[in-house]
Formats: sequence, structure tokens, C-alpha cells
Amino acid sequence: MKLRKLALTASLAAIGLSSALTAYAQAKEQFFPVLVYRTGAYGPNGTPWANGYVDYLKLVNARGGINGVKLSFEECEFGYATDRGVECYERLKGKHGGGTVFQPLSTGVTFALTEKAAVDKIPLITAGYGRSESQNGAVFTWNFPLLGTYWVGADVLIQHIAKKEGGYDKLKGKKIALVYHDSPYGKEPIALLEERARMHGFNLQLLPVAHPGVEQKATWLQIRQNRPDFVLLWGWGVMNSTSLKEAQATGFPRDKMYGIWWAGAEPDVKDVGDGAKGYNAVALQHGAEPNSAVVKEVLEKLHGKGQGTGPKEEVGSVLYMRGMISAMLGVEGVAQAQTRYGKGKVMTGEQVRWGLENLNLDQKKLDAIGFAGVMRPVQTSCLDHMGSSWARIHTWNGSKWEFSSDWYQADEKVIRPMVMLTSAKYAEEKKITPRTPEQCKQ
Amino acid sequence: MIYRENGQFKTTYKTDQQIFPILQDRWAVLVLIAFAFVGIPLLVDEYMFRAILIPFLILSLAALGVNLLVGYCGQITLGAGAFMAIGAYAAYNFAIRIDGMPLLGALLLGGFTSALVGIIFGVPSLRVRGLYLAIATLAAQFFWDWAFLRIKWFTNYSTSGSVSVSNLEVFGWSLDGAVDKYLFCLILLVVFALLAKNMVRGAIGRQWMAIRDMDVAAEVIGIRPMYAKLSAFAVSSFIVGVAGALWGFVHLGSWEPAAFSIDRSFQLLFMVIIGGLGSIMGSFFGAAFIIVLPIFLNQFLPWLGGLAGLSISVATVSHIEFMIFGALIVFFLIVEPHGLARLWSTGKEKLRLWPFPH
Repeated sequence: MKLRKLALTASLAAIGLSSALTAYAQAKEQFFPVLVYRTGAYGPNGTPWANGYVDYLKLVNARGGINGVKLSFEECEFGYATDRGVECYERLKGKHGGGTVFQPLSTGVTFALTEKAAVDKIPLITAGYGRSESQNGAVFTWNFPLLGTYWVGADVLIQHIAKKEGGYDKLKGKKIALVYHDSPYGKEPIALLEERARMHGFNLQLLPVAHPGVEQKATWLQIRQNRPDFVLLWGWGVMNSTSLKEAQATGFPRDKMYGIWWAGAEPDVKDVGDGAKGYNAVALQHGAEPNSAVVKEVLEKLHGKGQGTGPKEEVGSVLYMRGMISAMLGVEGVAQAQTRYGKGKVMTGEQVRWGLENLNLDQKKLDAIGFAGVMRPVQTSCLDHMGSSWARIHTWNGSKWEFSSDWYQADEKVIRPMVMLTSAKYAEEKKITPRTPEQCKQ
Repeated sequence: MIYRENGQFKTTYKTDQQIFPILQDRWAVLVLIAFAFVGIPLLVDEYMFRAILIPFLILSLAALGVNLLVGYCGQITLGAGAFMAIGAYAAYNFAIRIDGMPLLGALLLGGFTSALVGIIFGVPSLRVRGLYLAIATLAAQFFWDWAFLRIKWFTNYSTSGSVSVSNLEVFGWSLDGAVDKYLFCLILLVVFALLAKNMVRGAIGRQWMAIRDMDVAAEVIGIRPMYAKLSAFAVSSFIVGVAGALWGFVHLGSWEPAAFSIDRSFQLLFMVIIGGLGSIMGSFFGAAFIIVLPIFLNQFLPWLGGLAGLSISVATVSHIEFMIFGALIVFFLIVEPHGLARLWSTGKEKLRLWPFPH
């Protein structure tokens, strides 16, 4: 009885206290909400990304902010669960004067937020993931799949395979298997791969793997029976290392395996070590860059002073760089918006959207912020919310990721019609009138 | 002292048989409903609506449905998530394939579809009981998970397998704002809770309970098990289906089958067990416990840490959240195995005797 009373009083007190929770950051700060997943099945991959993201925001502050405007940020952990991600979005969107930009790092959450973002007027950057058709800025006003989409990744992978084989005609009759995470994320590339299969006459096999992807025996049995020439891996988190271990057990050559960027980072291959040697993945503008200028700056200005977010060894790894680049794109969007709406001011979501739509990161700019050699220039427009469709392939050599190909550009002739078709379908379903070029000029 | 029924005499059967025979209860419930309709929209911010209250209302409705089947009729189900999914996808298909289908019509048709499927998957209950039935309903969960992932027709051939709805409108009332969505869910919840309460008080509910307590004895006194069990499956699936459609349409807006995975089925079953089997009130307590507590802990812990001068990382918070949540489930089940609803009624009993308990 006493225990019960105690529990009751404690919970009542807790409810009272929590309502006293208030925002503490001052105004005049640009607030970056950070959706992260440091726990759960995908935690090992989510953590370096989050560390890179937060470190870059800290670095901008160490550099003096965006034209003097300091950044504030708050993390919200959602464990890659869509409903908790939406809860985090609702929690953070109004805090500290309003969220600047959201980057959920989850295709499921992106789908759920696509309509909410438009209502709340907060841009959604989905660098390298999300809806592939959202690169059409005329329909998807608030979505920015900067630096490529799943279709870009898939297209580049097919180009690379064709090049290795000695031309597209050599793909005829070949068998390519797609081992994918059975979710919107894993299904995104199917449309493009089917299109490419029609064009080049290769045979596409679809092998879904249920979340979280630790059970793949049946999938790899099918691979052993069908003997595909190549395997494309669309996995995330623990699914990737499981796939590589299964490939090792099945005896499928790892150098015939190609992953999307979600399946091409250190946490995926580290456990497998030598067993993953030769495994390739597409890198949408990012990769392991331990020697780049921005990494050195982070080590000096943050880790040197004990202010780094994660372990020091992680700085410059693949997903860490992905997080840094993602944060940089958001920050540059704000900087670009300031050129129009007033330097040294805090930008609203709507203003940042304009900034992201008119992003122009040329080589000079990239050199200045320390991204020389890390990525190629990016230029967006009102109709093109992707900005760049260049990518490279990198290969795991047993101890680190190394770039193993030249730059490829995704084929606009293949992707553009598909983007127009699917986005038109979306616009019709949602009764959206696409923006005209005239409206874009405003 | 206040909560005492002295002097409230029941002179007719009608007054004796009303839902809340005690005057204070009646008033408390009326005040509560009035507060939910008027007070909360005035007091609460958008975050509370979208992240806590709307999910709470919808999952309360689902838990209510599950409670009718598990708590009142004694048929354990692990397929509640599947019936939510059926409701959501059926409503989606009715909405997009029939021109001018009103939202309410789509939701109810989603519920009816779910009820039909519920009857079919309820057939094994005529032969098997208890844990074996749980396994049989698990089949429903896996089958429908598979169907909505693989059969493209259900998702209108969407490339990613994710479907979405927008421009919700009921009789010219546009459900765009958080308050509108909340009120819409609240109206449905009140209506369904009232229906469910009356159903379990009536002949059909008594049949369910008789079947739950001892089905052979129930059959001997003239209750047809087939009729009773299948009607429980139908009514429960209907309510769960409507809740699923609401979850998809009103709460998520765009969803994939993972939103109604086996985890959801377990979550609903836990709500019913923790809240109180065989109690309408318990469904609400259970839903509140499962939905609100993790979110509350998630925000309360960093704040508590801040008071003590500690900054706790979000990862640690999320680990602690799981630990406390698990510990609390165990705690409540030990202290009161009959659920929070029983705790509530014990509290009321004590209040009636207060200040002279015996």
C-alpha cells in the first residue's frame, strides 16, 4: 500500500514537473532539430551519421556562425521507428523559434513527413534517400533529395557494372539480383532497375528481406540456386553485415556485390573484415575522407578541445562524412537565404527553402569550407531539387574503404521521364498544381 | 466523503441499470467528456495533439476492440495489428477506387471489411482455445503483412509500397488542423465506447462473458458458441479496423505495412492486459500507459538530469526509458495482476469507505 502511494505521488509529481519544461535557448539562434537513432537495430549506422551532423553544426559555431548567427540544436532519438520519428518532428518543429530544416535519415519518416513539412513550411532535406521523384521541385516544393536519390544510386551501379563487363550489350541475359530491405526504402530502386532491365535485357531478380534483416538464410539459398551474376544490396544496419556473412558462407564472390550508400560504410563491413574484401558500394558524393581539410578542422577545433561528439577515430569515416555533408547542405541553405533576406538574421523555414532552391556550391565555395576533393559542385534550382547526380564506387579492401572508380553521372534520359511520370501521378493524387517557371522566379 | 451514494435510491429498473448508477460517477464522466471536447482544445498545444493525444485516442479505440474479444469473450488474439491494417488498406482502397467516397464512409467500410475477415479468421476459435488460438490468429498477422507487402493491387501499384491520403473532409469539415483531427477521433471514440459499453451490458456481452468463463457450461444453458464467438470476432475486428483506418488516415497520413506489424499486435495485447481485461475503462488506461509513458520518460529524464546538473545523451535516455518502462510493467503486474482498471475500482471502493476503512 505504501509502495503504491509512493508510486502514485512520484508519478503525479513527475507530471507536474514535466509541464514546467520550457525552452531554454535564446532567440537570435538558428535552430537545427536533429533526428537521430543511436539505439536499436540501426544504431551502429545511425550513430556516426549523427555525430558527423552535430560536429559540423558545432564547427560552424566555432567558425563564428553563419554570418554571425550562431546555431543551436537539439537531438531527438527515434530508433528508426516511423511513429517515434513523427513524434520527434512534432516535438522539435516549434522549439526555439522553429526548426530550420529536418533531415530524418529514414525513408519511412520521409514519407510520413512529406505532407506535414508542406503544412508547417519547413524544408525536408533527404540527401541521398527519400522519394526519388521528389527531385521535381515543381511538385515537391519542400523536399530536397540533394546529391542524388535511390534512382541515381541504382543507375550509377548499373553503369558501373556495364563498364566492368565491357558495354551495355554485354548485360544481355545476365542475371542481377536485388537483395533489399522490405520497406519503402528497399523498394524505391525497383522501378529504375526494371526500366534498365528492359533497356539492356538483363534479368532482374527481386529478393526481399524482412526487417531487421538478420534472417537471410532463405534469400541466400535462392541466390545459391539461381546463381545471379551480380547482387545489388539495398540494406541498412545489421542487414548488411548479415548479407556479407551469408555471401561468404554461400561462396558468392564479394566483388560481384554492390551496395547502395546505406550499405557501404565501416559498421557494415567491419565485423566481416576480410570476408567483405572486394565488396563495393556506391558513394553519393561522400566517402571515407580522413585527410580532407574539414576533417582536420574538426579534429583541431572540436576534438582538440574535447568538444567532439563521438570517438575521435570515427571522424572522417564514411557515414560520419555523410552526416557532415548533410549538415553542411542545411547550413549552406541558410547562408544562401541570408544573401537574399538579410545577412546576420535568423532565417525562417520558408526563407531557408528559397536558399536551398538556389544553392550554388561551386568549387571555390567548397574549397573555402573545407570540402575540396570530398564532393563535386552542387547547383539546385526551383525545378531541380537534387542539384547533382554524380557518384563514385568505393571498395572495401579489408581494412578501409577506397574509391575504385571514376565519377559517374546518372543518366538523365532514363531518370527524368520516370521522375516526371511519378511526380505527376503524385500531384494528381494530392491535387497539387505544379509550380510554373514564372512562379519559381518569385 | 464526497464520493458516497447515500440517499440515492433507485426506484425503477431503469435507474438501477444505467451505465453509471452512482450520481457522482455520472457527473464525473460528463465533466470529463465535456473537458475533452472543450477544455483540451483550449489548453493544449499542437505537439500534445499530434504526438500524444491523437495516437492515444486511436489506440484506445483499438484496445477497446481487442478488449471485447480478449477481455470479454476470452479469445486471445495476436492478430490485432493485421485487423488494423485491413481496416486501413480497405478504407484506402474504397477511398481511391470509388469516386466521391466520403471519409466517414470509407472508414466504416474499412471497419466492415475488417469485420468480415475477422469472422473468417475467427473460425478456428470454434475448435481451438487459449494459446493455440493465439497461434491461429498469429497466422492472420503474418498473412496480411505478406499480402499488403506483396499484392500490389492493395497499395494501388505504388512503387515504394507506401500509400498516402490527404484532403480529409467530413461533411464539409476539413480535417487539416490538429484540433480538428483530435475532435474527429474523439467523437468516434465516444460513440464506439458507448456502443461497446452497452453491448457488453446487454445480452450479447453476457453471452461473451459466459463463453469466456466456461464455454461448456455456456452451451448447456443455451448459448450458441459459434454465434457468440464469431460475433465477438466481428465486433472486435470492426472496431479495430476503424481504429486502423483512423491511424492511417488521420494520424500517419502515409503508411506502409510496418505501421501494423506484429509489434503493434503485441502492443495492443499488452495495453489490454495492463489496462485490465474485461473493462472498457481499462482500455483507456492501458493505451495511456503504453503510448504516453515512453514519450513522457523520454522528455522527463533529460530534464531530471538537467536538474542534477547532468547532461544525458539521447541514446542513454532511450536505454533508460526501456528499462524503466519494462520495470513499471512488471511492477504493475505484480501489484495488481488485474490491471490498472482494477486499481481504479479499488480506489473507488476505498473512497466510498473513507475516512473509515475496514
